[in-house]
Amino acid sequence: MYHVSSNPHVRDKMTTSRIMQIVALALMPASLFGIWNFGFRALLIIVLSVGSAVCSEWLYTHFMKKPNTITDFSAVVTGLLIALNMPVRITWWMPVLGSAFAIIVVKELFGGLGQNFMNPALAARCFLVISFAGKMTDFSVTDSYRGVIDSVSGATPLAALKSGGFTEGSVSVFNLFLGNVQGTIGETSALMILIGAAILLIFKIISPRIPCAYLGSFAVFVILYMLFGGMGFDARFLFTHLFGGGLMLGAWFMATDYVTSPITPRGQLIYGCCLGVLTAILRLFGGAAEGVSYSIIFCNLLVPVIENYTRPTVFGKGGKKA
Amino acid sequence: MKANSPSERLFNGIIKENPTFVLMLGMCPTLAITTSASNGIGMGLTTTVILAASNLMISLLRNFIPDRVRMPAYIVVVASFVTVVQLLLQGFIPSLYSSLGIYIPLIVVNCIILGRAEAYASKHAPVASLFDGIGMGLGFTLSITCIGIVRELIGAGKIFGLQVLPLADAAAGKVGYEPITIFILAPGAFFVLALLSAIQNKLRIGAAKRGIDPSNPDCGGSCASCGNTLCKGKEAAVK
Repeated sequence: MYHVSSNPHVRDKMTTSRIMQIVALALMPASLFGIWNFGFRALLIIVLSVGSAVCSEWLYTHFMKKPNTITDFSAVVTGLLIALNMPVRITWWMPVLGSAFAIIVVKELFGGLGQNFMNPALAARCFLVISFAGKMTDFSVTDSYRGVIDSVSGATPLAALKSGGFTEGSVSVFNLFLGNVQGTIGETSALMILIGAAILLIFKIISPRIPCAYLGSFAVFVILYMLFGGMGFDARFLFTHLFGGGLMLGAWFMATDYVTSPITPRGQLIYGCCLGVLTAILRLFGGAAEGVSYSIIFCNLLVPVIENYTRPTVFGKGGKKA
Repeated sequence: MKANSPSERLFNGIIKENPTFVLMLGMCPTLAITTSASNGIGMGLTTTVILAASNLMISLLRNFIPDRVRMPAYIVVVASFVTVVQLLLQGFIPSLYSSLGIYIPLIVVNCIILGRAEAYASKHAPVASLFDGIGMGLGFTLSITCIGIVRELIGAGKIFGLQVLPLADAAAGKVGYEPITIFILAPGAFFVLALLSAIQNKLRIGAAKRGIDPSNPDCGGSCASCGNTLCKGKEAAVK
Protein backbone atom coordinates (compact mmCIF):
# COMPACT_ATOMS: atom_id res chain seq x y z
CA MET A 1 0.00 0.00 0.00
CA TYR A 2 1.54 3.27 -1.07
CA HIS A 3 0.62 6.58 0.38
CA VAL A 4 0.59 9.15 -2.38
CA SER A 5 0.93 12.76 -1.41
CA SER A 6 2.12 16.01 -2.86
CA ASN A 7 5.55 17.40 -1.97
CA PRO A 8 7.32 18.27 0.31
CA HIS A 9 8.15 14.70 1.28
CA VAL A 10 11.01 15.28 3.66
CA ARG A 11 9.82 17.15 6.71
CA ASP A 12 11.66 18.60 9.66
CA LYS A 13 10.33 18.51 13.18
CA MET A 14 11.19 22.18 13.55
CA THR A 15 8.05 24.32 13.41
CA THR A 16 7.49 28.05 13.84
CA SER A 17 6.02 27.38 17.23
CA ARG A 18 9.03 25.33 18.33
CA ILE A 19 11.52 27.91 17.05
CA MET A 20 9.73 30.65 18.95
CA GLN A 21 9.64 28.52 22.11
CA ILE A 22 13.41 28.05 21.90
CA VAL A 23 13.92 31.79 21.37
CA ALA A 24 11.77 32.49 24.43
CA LEU A 25 13.79 29.92 26.36
CA ALA A 26 17.03 31.55 25.20
CA LEU A 27 15.76 34.90 26.50
CA MET A 28 15.13 33.41 29.95
CA PRO A 29 18.67 33.92 31.36
CA ALA A 30 18.55 37.63 30.50
CA SER A 31 14.98 37.95 31.83
CA LEU A 32 15.75 36.17 35.09
CA PHE A 33 18.87 38.24 35.55
CA GLY A 34 16.81 41.38 34.92
CA ILE A 35 14.32 40.34 37.59
CA TRP A 36 17.17 39.57 40.01
CA ASN A 37 18.90 42.84 39.17
CA PHE A 38 15.91 45.19 39.20
CA GLY A 39 13.48 43.40 41.49
CA PHE A 40 9.84 42.41 41.40
CA ARG A 41 8.77 45.32 39.23
CA ALA A 42 10.79 43.92 36.31
CA LEU A 43 8.74 40.71 36.52
CA LEU A 44 5.55 42.77 36.50
CA ILE A 45 6.68 44.63 33.35
CA ILE A 46 7.56 41.33 31.62
CA VAL A 47 4.21 39.73 32.48
CA LEU A 48 2.25 42.80 31.39
CA SER A 49 4.14 43.13 28.15
CA VAL A 50 3.90 39.45 27.15
CA GLY A 51 0.27 39.29 28.22
CA SER A 52 -0.77 42.34 26.27
CA ALA A 53 1.11 41.19 23.15
CA VAL A 54 -0.72 37.84 23.20
CA CYS A 55 -4.05 39.54 23.95
CA SER A 56 -3.58 42.01 21.06
CA GLU A 57 -2.88 39.16 18.67
CA TRP A 58 -5.92 37.22 19.87
CA LEU A 59 -8.19 40.27 19.68
CA TYR A 60 -7.02 41.19 16.19
CA THR A 61 -7.36 37.70 14.74
CA HIS A 62 -10.72 37.27 16.50
CA PHE A 63 -12.29 40.49 15.26
CA MET A 64 -10.76 40.27 11.77
CA LYS A 65 -12.02 36.67 11.53
CA LYS A 66 -8.56 35.32 10.79
CA PRO A 67 -7.04 32.04 11.93
CA ASN A 68 -5.91 32.34 15.50
CA THR A 69 -2.11 32.52 15.55
CA ILE A 70 -1.29 32.97 19.22
CA THR A 71 -0.13 29.35 19.52
CA ASP A 72 2.90 30.08 17.32
CA PHE A 73 4.50 31.87 20.30
CA SER A 74 5.77 34.76 18.16
CA ALA A 75 3.65 37.21 20.16
CA VAL A 76 5.24 35.88 23.35
CA VAL A 77 8.71 36.54 21.97
CA THR A 78 7.72 40.01 20.77
CA GLY A 79 6.22 40.87 24.15
CA LEU A 80 9.24 39.54 25.97
CA LEU A 81 11.66 41.52 23.79
CA ILE A 82 9.63 44.69 24.36
CA ALA A 83 9.77 44.15 28.13
CA LEU A 84 13.52 43.55 28.03
CA ASN A 85 13.87 46.91 26.25
CA MET A 86 12.05 48.88 28.95
CA PRO A 87 13.66 50.69 31.86
CA VAL A 88 12.32 49.22 35.07
CA ARG A 89 10.62 52.42 36.23
CA ILE A 90 8.49 52.75 33.11
CA THR A 91 4.82 53.60 33.70
CA TRP A 92 2.95 50.29 33.60
CA TRP A 93 0.73 51.02 30.59
CA MET A 94 3.57 52.06 28.29
CA PRO A 95 4.80 48.51 27.55
CA VAL A 96 1.14 47.54 27.08
CA LEU A 97 0.70 50.29 24.50
CA GLY A 98 4.01 49.29 22.90
CA SER A 99 2.98 45.64 22.65
CA ALA A 100 -0.36 46.53 21.11
CA PHE A 101 1.40 48.80 18.59
CA ALA A 102 3.96 46.11 17.74
CA ILE A 103 1.42 43.35 17.22
CA ILE A 104 -1.46 45.23 15.61
CA VAL A 105 0.15 48.03 13.61
CA VAL A 106 3.58 46.64 12.76
CA LYS A 107 2.78 42.94 12.41
CA GLU A 108 -0.89 42.19 11.80
CA LEU A 109 -1.82 45.15 9.59
CA PHE A 110 0.94 44.15 7.20
CA GLY A 111 -0.31 40.56 7.04
CA GLY A 112 0.86 38.83 10.21
CA LEU A 113 4.00 36.89 11.02
CA GLY A 114 6.30 36.69 8.02
CA GLN A 115 4.92 39.81 6.35
CA ASN A 116 6.08 42.49 8.76
CA PHE A 117 8.69 44.73 7.16
CA MET A 118 10.45 45.65 10.38
CA ASN A 119 11.02 44.04 13.74
CA PRO A 120 7.80 44.62 15.73
CA ALA A 121 9.51 44.76 19.11
CA LEU A 122 12.02 47.37 17.96
CA ALA A 123 9.40 49.40 16.13
CA ALA A 124 7.46 49.48 19.40
CA ARG A 125 10.56 50.53 21.30
CA CYS A 126 11.20 53.39 18.87
CA PHE A 127 7.52 54.36 19.06
CA LEU A 128 7.80 54.60 22.83
CA VAL A 129 11.18 56.36 22.81
CA ILE A 130 9.87 59.03 20.46
CA SER A 131 6.61 59.40 22.37
CA PHE A 132 7.84 59.27 25.94
CA ALA A 133 11.48 60.30 25.70
CA GLY A 134 11.73 61.17 29.38
CA LYS A 135 10.21 57.98 30.77
CA MET A 136 12.03 55.70 28.34
CA THR A 137 15.46 57.04 29.28
CA ASP A 138 14.84 57.30 33.02
CA PHE A 139 17.12 54.61 34.41
CA SER A 140 17.48 55.93 37.92
CA VAL A 141 16.66 53.30 40.52
CA THR A 142 15.65 55.29 43.55
CA ASP A 143 13.72 52.56 45.35
CA SER A 144 16.84 50.39 45.51
CA TYR A 145 15.36 46.98 44.93
CA ARG A 146 18.46 45.03 45.65
CA GLY A 147 21.05 47.41 46.92
CA VAL A 148 23.63 46.46 44.32
CA ILE A 149 23.02 49.11 41.72
CA ASP A 150 21.84 51.97 43.90
CA SER A 151 25.35 53.35 43.91
CA VAL A 152 24.80 54.46 40.33
CA SER A 153 21.71 56.60 40.41
CA GLY A 154 22.19 58.52 37.22
CA ALA A 155 22.93 57.57 33.67
CA THR A 156 23.63 54.27 31.99
CA PRO A 157 27.30 53.45 31.33
CA LEU A 158 26.94 54.54 27.70
CA ALA A 159 25.22 57.81 28.56
CA ALA A 160 27.88 58.54 31.18
CA LEU A 161 30.61 57.78 28.65
CA LYS A 162 28.93 60.03 26.09
CA SER A 163 28.60 62.99 28.42
CA GLY A 164 31.81 62.88 30.39
CA GLY A 165 34.09 60.06 29.32
CA PHE A 166 35.52 57.82 32.00
CA THR A 167 35.33 59.27 35.48
CA GLU A 168 35.94 57.80 38.91
CA GLY A 169 32.35 56.67 39.17
CA SER A 170 32.41 54.76 35.88
CA VAL A 171 31.60 51.08 36.10
CA SER A 172 34.28 48.56 35.26
CA VAL A 173 34.17 46.41 32.14
CA PHE A 174 33.81 43.32 34.32
CA ASN A 175 30.63 44.69 35.91
CA LEU A 176 29.33 45.59 32.47
CA PHE A 177 29.92 42.03 31.35
CA LEU A 178 28.12 40.64 34.39
CA GLY A 179 25.39 43.23 34.20
CA ASN A 180 25.31 44.91 37.63
CA VAL A 181 24.64 48.23 35.94
CA GLN A 182 21.91 50.60 34.89
CA GLY A 183 19.96 49.99 31.76
CA THR A 184 16.82 48.41 30.43
CA ILE A 185 15.58 45.20 32.07
CA GLY A 186 17.21 42.73 29.70
CA GLU A 187 20.17 44.51 28.14
CA THR A 188 22.53 44.89 31.07
CA SER A 189 24.12 41.47 31.29
CA ALA A 190 26.28 40.54 28.30
CA LEU A 191 27.01 37.20 29.98
CA MET A 192 23.35 36.15 30.23
CA ILE A 193 22.68 37.25 26.65
CA LEU A 194 25.66 35.21 25.45
CA ILE A 195 24.30 32.15 27.32
CA GLY A 196 21.00 32.71 25.48
CA ALA A 197 22.86 33.13 22.21
CA ALA A 198 24.65 29.82 22.84
CA ILE A 199 21.25 28.14 23.21
CA LEU A 200 20.16 29.61 19.87
CA LEU A 201 23.37 28.45 18.19
CA ILE A 202 23.22 24.93 19.69
CA PHE A 203 19.65 24.41 18.48
CA LYS A 204 20.70 25.92 15.11
CA ILE A 205 17.98 28.57 15.37
CA ILE A 206 20.33 31.29 14.14
CA SER A 207 23.54 31.27 12.19
CA PRO A 208 26.39 33.28 13.71
CA ARG A 209 26.81 35.29 10.49
CA ILE A 210 24.67 38.31 11.32
CA PRO A 211 25.74 38.81 14.96
CA CYS A 212 29.42 38.21 14.19
CA ALA A 213 29.40 40.56 11.21
CA TYR A 214 27.49 43.10 13.31
CA LEU A 215 29.77 42.99 16.36
CA GLY A 216 32.91 42.65 14.23
CA SER A 217 32.21 45.61 11.98
CA PHE A 218 31.12 47.64 15.00
CA ALA A 219 34.37 46.87 16.83
CA VAL A 220 36.46 47.66 13.75
CA PHE A 221 34.69 50.99 13.30
CA VAL A 222 35.17 51.92 16.97
CA ILE A 223 38.88 50.96 16.79
CA LEU A 224 39.34 53.06 13.67
CA TYR A 225 37.54 55.93 15.39
CA MET A 226 39.87 55.65 18.37
CA LEU A 227 43.02 55.48 16.23
CA PHE A 228 42.12 58.28 13.86
CA GLY A 229 40.18 60.35 16.38
CA GLY A 230 43.32 61.08 18.34
CA MET A 231 42.42 59.21 21.53
CA GLY A 232 44.66 56.20 20.92
CA PHE A 233 43.67 52.58 21.42
CA ASP A 234 41.67 52.20 24.60
CA ALA A 235 40.38 48.70 25.35
CA ARG A 236 38.06 49.99 28.04
CA PHE A 237 36.31 52.33 25.61
CA LEU A 238 35.89 49.50 23.11
CA PHE A 239 34.48 47.02 25.62
CA THR A 240 32.20 49.58 27.22
CA HIS A 241 30.70 50.10 23.78
CA LEU A 242 30.50 46.36 23.08
CA PHE A 243 28.96 45.29 26.40
CA GLY A 244 27.10 48.47 27.29
CA GLY A 245 23.67 49.38 26.01
CA GLY A 246 21.51 47.20 23.85
CA LEU A 247 24.18 46.04 21.39
CA MET A 248 24.41 42.44 22.62
CA LEU A 249 20.65 41.96 22.91
CA GLY A 250 20.15 43.61 19.53
CA ALA A 251 22.86 41.68 17.74
CA TRP A 252 21.88 38.20 18.96
CA PHE A 253 18.12 38.42 19.35
CA MET A 254 16.74 41.26 17.23
CA ALA A 255 18.98 41.57 14.17
CA THR A 256 18.63 37.81 13.64
CA ASP A 257 14.83 37.89 13.41
CA TYR A 258 13.98 35.60 10.46
CA VAL A 259 11.33 37.82 8.94
CA THR A 260 13.37 41.01 8.82
CA SER A 261 16.86 39.77 7.98
CA PRO A 262 18.26 38.51 4.65
CA ILE A 263 18.14 34.78 3.90
CA THR A 264 21.19 34.62 1.63
CA PRO A 265 24.51 33.99 3.45
CA ARG A 266 26.30 36.83 1.65
CA GLY A 267 23.34 39.07 2.32
CA GLN A 268 23.53 38.28 6.02
CA LEU A 269 27.16 39.38 6.13
CA ILE A 270 26.38 42.61 4.28
CA TYR A 271 23.40 43.22 6.56
CA GLY A 272 25.54 42.66 9.66
CA CYS A 273 28.21 45.07 8.43
CA CYS A 274 25.60 47.75 7.63
CA LEU A 275 24.25 47.36 11.15
CA GLY A 276 27.67 47.58 12.78
CA VAL A 277 28.75 50.67 10.89
CA LEU A 278 25.41 52.43 11.35
CA THR A 279 25.27 51.68 15.07
CA ALA A 280 28.82 52.95 15.53
CA ILE A 281 28.05 56.13 13.60
CA LEU A 282 24.89 56.78 15.62
CA ARG A 283 26.62 56.10 18.93
CA LEU A 284 29.86 57.99 18.26
CA PHE A 285 28.58 60.94 16.25
CA GLY A 286 24.86 61.03 17.02
CA GLY A 287 23.09 63.08 19.64
CA ALA A 288 21.88 60.16 21.74
CA ALA A 289 23.98 57.62 23.61
CA GLU A 290 22.23 54.61 22.06
CA GLY A 291 21.75 53.71 18.41
CA VAL A 292 21.06 50.00 18.20
CA SER A 293 17.30 50.06 17.77
CA TYR A 294 17.27 52.75 15.09
CA SER A 295 20.02 51.07 13.11
CA ILE A 296 18.26 47.70 13.19
CA ILE A 297 14.90 49.01 12.04
CA PHE A 298 16.63 51.11 9.39
CA CYS A 299 18.58 48.12 8.07
CA ASN A 300 15.36 46.06 8.13
CA LEU A 301 14.22 48.38 5.34
CA LEU A 302 17.37 47.63 3.34
CA VAL A 303 16.82 43.86 3.48
CA PRO A 304 14.82 43.53 0.22
CA VAL A 305 17.54 45.45 -1.64
CA ILE A 306 20.34 43.37 -0.08
CA GLU A 307 18.52 40.14 -0.95
CA ASN A 308 17.95 41.30 -4.50
CA TYR A 309 21.67 41.89 -5.08
CA THR A 310 22.88 38.73 -3.34
CA ARG A 311 20.47 36.36 -5.02
CA PRO A 312 22.40 33.20 -5.95
CA THR A 313 22.66 32.38 -9.65
CA VAL A 314 20.40 29.55 -10.68
CA PHE A 315 22.41 26.52 -11.81
CA GLY A 316 22.74 26.49 -15.59
CA LYS A 317 21.82 30.15 -16.01
CA GLY A 318 24.01 33.20 -16.37
CA GLY A 319 27.65 33.13 -15.45
CA LYS A 320 30.57 34.04 -17.65
CA LYS A 321 30.45 33.08 -21.28
CA ALA A 322 33.15 30.69 -22.34
CA MET B 1 -28.84 66.82 -8.02
CA LYS B 2 -28.16 68.19 -11.46
CA ALA B 3 -24.68 67.61 -12.80
CA ASN B 4 -22.36 70.63 -12.53
CA SER B 5 -24.83 72.65 -10.52
CA PRO B 6 -23.26 74.61 -7.62
CA SER B 7 -24.76 72.37 -4.92
CA GLU B 8 -23.71 69.21 -6.75
CA ARG B 9 -20.15 70.55 -7.04
CA LEU B 10 -20.02 71.38 -3.32
CA PHE B 11 -21.32 67.91 -2.36
CA ASN B 12 -18.88 66.31 -4.80
CA GLY B 13 -15.89 68.15 -3.36
CA ILE B 14 -16.71 67.72 0.30
CA ILE B 15 -18.03 64.13 0.37
CA LYS B 16 -18.01 62.18 -2.85
CA GLU B 17 -14.57 63.05 -4.20
CA ASN B 18 -13.04 64.36 -1.02
CA PRO B 19 -9.51 65.36 -2.15
CA THR B 20 -7.75 63.92 0.89
CA PHE B 21 -9.56 60.71 1.72
CA VAL B 22 -10.89 59.70 -1.71
CA LEU B 23 -8.65 61.27 -4.36
CA MET B 24 -5.56 61.11 -2.09
CA LEU B 25 -4.27 64.39 -3.49
CA GLY B 26 -2.27 67.12 -1.77
CA MET B 27 -0.57 64.73 0.62
CA CYS B 28 2.42 66.99 1.43
CA PRO B 29 0.49 69.71 3.27
CA THR B 30 -1.87 67.07 4.66
CA LEU B 31 0.99 65.24 6.33
CA ALA B 32 3.21 68.18 7.15
CA ILE B 33 1.06 70.90 8.67
CA THR B 34 -1.65 68.95 10.49
CA THR B 35 0.21 69.04 13.79
CA SER B 36 -2.69 71.03 15.25
CA ALA B 37 -6.32 71.64 14.40
CA SER B 38 -5.85 75.39 13.94
CA ASN B 39 -2.97 74.82 11.49
CA GLY B 40 -5.24 72.46 9.55
CA ILE B 41 -8.12 74.90 9.30
CA GLY B 42 -5.77 77.78 8.41
CA MET B 43 -4.07 75.82 5.65
CA GLY B 44 -7.40 74.48 4.40
CA LEU B 45 -9.07 77.88 4.12
CA THR B 46 -5.99 79.43 2.50
CA THR B 47 -6.02 76.66 -0.09
CA THR B 48 -9.78 77.05 -0.58
CA VAL B 49 -9.44 80.74 -1.45
CA ILE B 50 -6.64 80.06 -3.93
CA LEU B 51 -8.40 77.04 -5.39
CA ALA B 52 -11.66 78.90 -5.98
CA ALA B 53 -9.91 81.92 -7.51
CA SER B 54 -7.60 79.91 -9.75
CA ASN B 55 -10.42 77.60 -10.90
CA LEU B 56 -12.51 80.63 -11.86
CA MET B 57 -9.61 82.32 -13.65
CA ILE B 58 -8.53 79.20 -15.52
CA SER B 59 -12.10 78.48 -16.55
CA LEU B 60 -12.43 82.01 -17.90
CA LEU B 61 -9.16 81.65 -19.81
CA ARG B 62 -9.79 78.07 -20.95
CA ASN B 63 -10.47 78.99 -24.56
CA PHE B 64 -7.38 81.24 -24.81
CA ILE B 65 -4.71 79.02 -23.28
CA PRO B 66 -3.00 76.95 -25.99
CA ASP B 67 -3.16 73.27 -25.18
CA ARG B 68 0.60 72.72 -25.39
CA VAL B 69 1.57 75.29 -22.76
CA ARG B 70 -1.39 74.83 -20.45
CA MET B 71 0.65 73.59 -17.46
CA PRO B 72 2.97 76.63 -17.29
CA ALA B 73 -0.05 78.85 -17.84
CA TYR B 74 -1.91 77.25 -14.93
CA ILE B 75 1.13 77.60 -12.70
CA VAL B 76 1.42 81.31 -13.54
CA VAL B 77 -2.24 81.82 -12.61
CA VAL B 78 -1.96 79.82 -9.38
CA ALA B 79 1.35 81.44 -8.40
CA SER B 80 -0.15 84.92 -8.79
CA PHE B 81 -2.99 84.09 -6.42
CA VAL B 82 -0.62 82.42 -3.96
CA THR B 83 1.56 85.53 -3.88
CA VAL B 84 -1.49 87.72 -3.21
CA VAL B 85 -2.72 85.45 -0.42
CA GLN B 86 0.74 85.12 1.07
CA LEU B 87 1.17 88.88 1.32
CA LEU B 88 -2.33 89.25 2.79
CA LEU B 89 -1.62 86.59 5.43
CA GLN B 90 1.72 88.17 6.26
CA GLY B 91 0.00 91.52 6.72
CA PHE B 92 -3.17 90.53 8.55
CA ILE B 93 -2.66 87.11 10.21
CA PRO B 94 1.10 87.00 10.93
CA SER B 95 0.70 84.16 13.47
CA LEU B 96 -0.81 81.83 10.86
CA TYR B 97 1.76 83.03 8.33
CA SER B 98 4.64 82.03 10.60
CA SER B 99 3.16 78.70 11.63
CA LEU B 100 2.49 77.59 8.04
CA GLY B 101 5.87 78.86 6.84
CA ILE B 102 7.17 77.36 3.61
CA TYR B 103 3.89 75.54 2.98
CA ILE B 104 2.18 78.73 1.81
CA PRO B 105 4.42 79.24 -1.26
CA LEU B 106 4.26 75.49 -1.83
CA ILE B 107 0.50 75.78 -2.45
CA VAL B 108 1.57 76.70 -6.02
CA VAL B 109 2.44 73.06 -6.67
CA ASN B 110 -0.39 71.60 -4.60
CA CYS B 111 -1.76 68.61 -6.53
CA ILE B 112 -5.35 69.46 -5.73
CA ILE B 113 -5.13 72.88 -7.39
CA LEU B 114 -3.31 71.71 -10.51
CA GLY B 115 -5.49 68.59 -10.58
CA ARG B 116 -8.74 70.52 -10.52
CA ALA B 117 -7.44 73.00 -13.09
CA GLU B 118 -6.57 70.18 -15.45
CA ALA B 119 -9.49 67.85 -14.72
CA TYR B 120 -12.31 70.31 -14.26
CA ALA B 121 -11.77 74.04 -14.70
CA SER B 122 -10.20 73.73 -18.14
CA LYS B 123 -13.30 71.94 -19.44
CA HIS B 124 -16.22 73.57 -17.65
CA ALA B 125 -18.01 76.90 -17.33
CA PRO B 126 -16.76 79.56 -14.85
CA VAL B 127 -19.57 79.31 -12.26
CA ALA B 128 -19.39 75.51 -12.04
CA SER B 129 -15.59 75.73 -11.80
CA LEU B 130 -15.79 78.32 -9.02
CA PHE B 131 -18.08 76.06 -6.99
CA ASP B 132 -15.93 73.06 -7.79
CA GLY B 133 -12.98 74.96 -6.31
CA ILE B 134 -14.95 75.94 -3.22
CA GLY B 135 -16.26 72.38 -2.73
CA MET B 136 -12.84 70.79 -3.14
CA GLY B 137 -11.28 73.42 -0.88
CA LEU B 138 -13.88 72.84 1.85
CA GLY B 139 -13.45 69.08 1.53
CA PHE B 140 -9.70 69.55 1.96
CA THR B 141 -10.25 71.88 4.93
CA LEU B 142 -12.62 69.43 6.59
CA SER B 143 -10.26 66.49 6.15
CA ILE B 144 -7.08 68.16 7.34
CA THR B 145 -8.87 69.76 10.26
CA CYS B 146 -10.08 66.29 11.31
CA ILE B 147 -6.53 64.95 11.03
CA GLY B 148 -5.25 67.95 12.97
CA ILE B 149 -7.83 67.46 15.75
CA VAL B 150 -6.94 63.78 16.21
CA ARG B 151 -3.20 64.41 16.15
CA GLU B 152 -3.39 67.36 18.53
CA LEU B 153 -5.68 65.47 20.91
CA ILE B 154 -3.52 62.34 21.12
CA GLY B 155 -0.16 64.06 20.78
CA ALA B 156 -0.67 67.00 23.13
CA GLY B 157 -4.05 66.56 24.84
CA LYS B 158 -5.35 69.75 23.21
CA ILE B 159 -7.98 70.74 20.65
CA PHE B 160 -7.52 74.11 18.92
CA GLY B 161 -4.86 74.93 21.48
CA LEU B 162 -7.25 74.32 24.38
CA GLN B 163 -6.05 71.80 26.97
CA VAL B 164 -8.95 69.32 27.07
CA LEU B 165 -7.01 66.47 28.71
CA PRO B 166 -5.15 67.69 31.80
CA LEU B 167 -1.51 66.64 31.59
CA ALA B 168 0.22 64.50 34.17
CA ASP B 169 2.86 66.24 36.21
CA ALA B 170 5.25 63.89 37.97
CA ALA B 171 6.94 66.67 39.91
CA ALA B 172 3.67 67.91 41.38
CA GLY B 173 2.40 64.35 41.76
CA LYS B 174 -0.57 65.09 39.53
CA VAL B 175 -2.20 62.18 37.70
CA GLY B 176 -3.29 63.02 34.18
CA TYR B 177 -2.87 62.42 30.49
CA GLU B 178 0.57 61.42 29.24
CA PRO B 179 0.73 62.79 25.66
CA ILE B 180 1.88 60.32 22.99
CA THR B 181 4.26 62.77 21.35
CA ILE B 182 4.84 60.71 18.20
CA PHE B 183 1.40 61.79 16.98
CA ILE B 184 2.44 65.40 16.53
CA LEU B 185 5.66 64.29 14.82
CA ALA B 186 5.92 63.08 11.22
CA PRO B 187 5.06 59.37 11.78
CA GLY B 188 1.84 60.34 13.55
CA ALA B 189 0.57 62.03 10.38
CA PHE B 190 0.73 58.73 8.52
CA PHE B 191 -0.94 56.83 11.36
CA VAL B 192 -3.86 59.25 11.58
CA LEU B 193 -4.30 59.66 7.82
CA ALA B 194 -4.37 55.88 7.39
CA LEU B 195 -6.79 55.45 10.29
CA LEU B 196 -9.24 58.10 9.08
CA SER B 197 -9.06 56.86 5.47
CA ALA B 198 -9.80 53.34 6.69
CA ILE B 199 -12.79 54.54 8.71
CA GLN B 200 -14.29 56.49 5.81
CA ASN B 201 -13.67 53.57 3.42
CA LYS B 202 -15.47 51.29 5.85
CA LEU B 203 -18.44 53.66 6.00
CA ARG B 204 -18.50 54.12 2.24
CA ILE B 205 -18.26 50.42 1.43
CA GLY B 206 -20.86 49.69 4.10
CA ALA B 207 -23.22 52.22 2.52
CA ALA B 208 -22.64 50.80 -0.96
CA LYS B 209 -23.32 47.26 0.26
CA ARG B 210 -26.59 48.31 1.89
CA GLY B 211 -27.78 49.49 -1.51
CA ILE B 212 -27.37 53.21 -0.88
CA ASP B 213 -25.03 54.21 -3.67
CA PRO B 214 -23.26 57.39 -2.55
CA SER B 215 -21.88 58.00 -6.02
CA ASN B 216 -24.37 59.28 -8.53
CA PRO B 217 -23.45 58.31 -12.05
CA ASP B 218 -24.32 61.80 -13.33
CA CYS B 219 -21.02 63.29 -12.20
CA GLY B 220 -20.10 64.93 -15.46
CA GLY B 221 -18.60 61.81 -16.94
CA SER B 222 -14.89 62.62 -16.59
CA CYS B 223 -14.12 59.04 -15.54
CA ALA B 224 -10.46 59.12 -16.62
CA SER B 225 -9.52 61.68 -14.01
CA CYS B 226 -11.96 60.48 -11.38
CA GLY B 227 -10.54 58.73 -8.35
CA ASN B 228 -13.79 57.28 -7.09
CA THR B 229 -13.12 53.56 -7.29
CA LEU B 230 -16.58 52.69 -5.99
CA CYS B 231 -18.43 54.45 -8.81
CA LYS B 232 -20.49 51.98 -10.78
CA GLY B 233 -20.50 54.22 -13.84
CA LYS B 234 -16.73 53.89 -14.02
CA GLU B 235 -16.85 50.13 -14.50
CA ALA B 236 -19.38 50.63 -17.27
CA ALA B 237 -17.18 53.28 -18.91
CA VAL B 238 -14.13 51.00 -18.82
CA LYS B 239 -16.08 48.16 -20.35
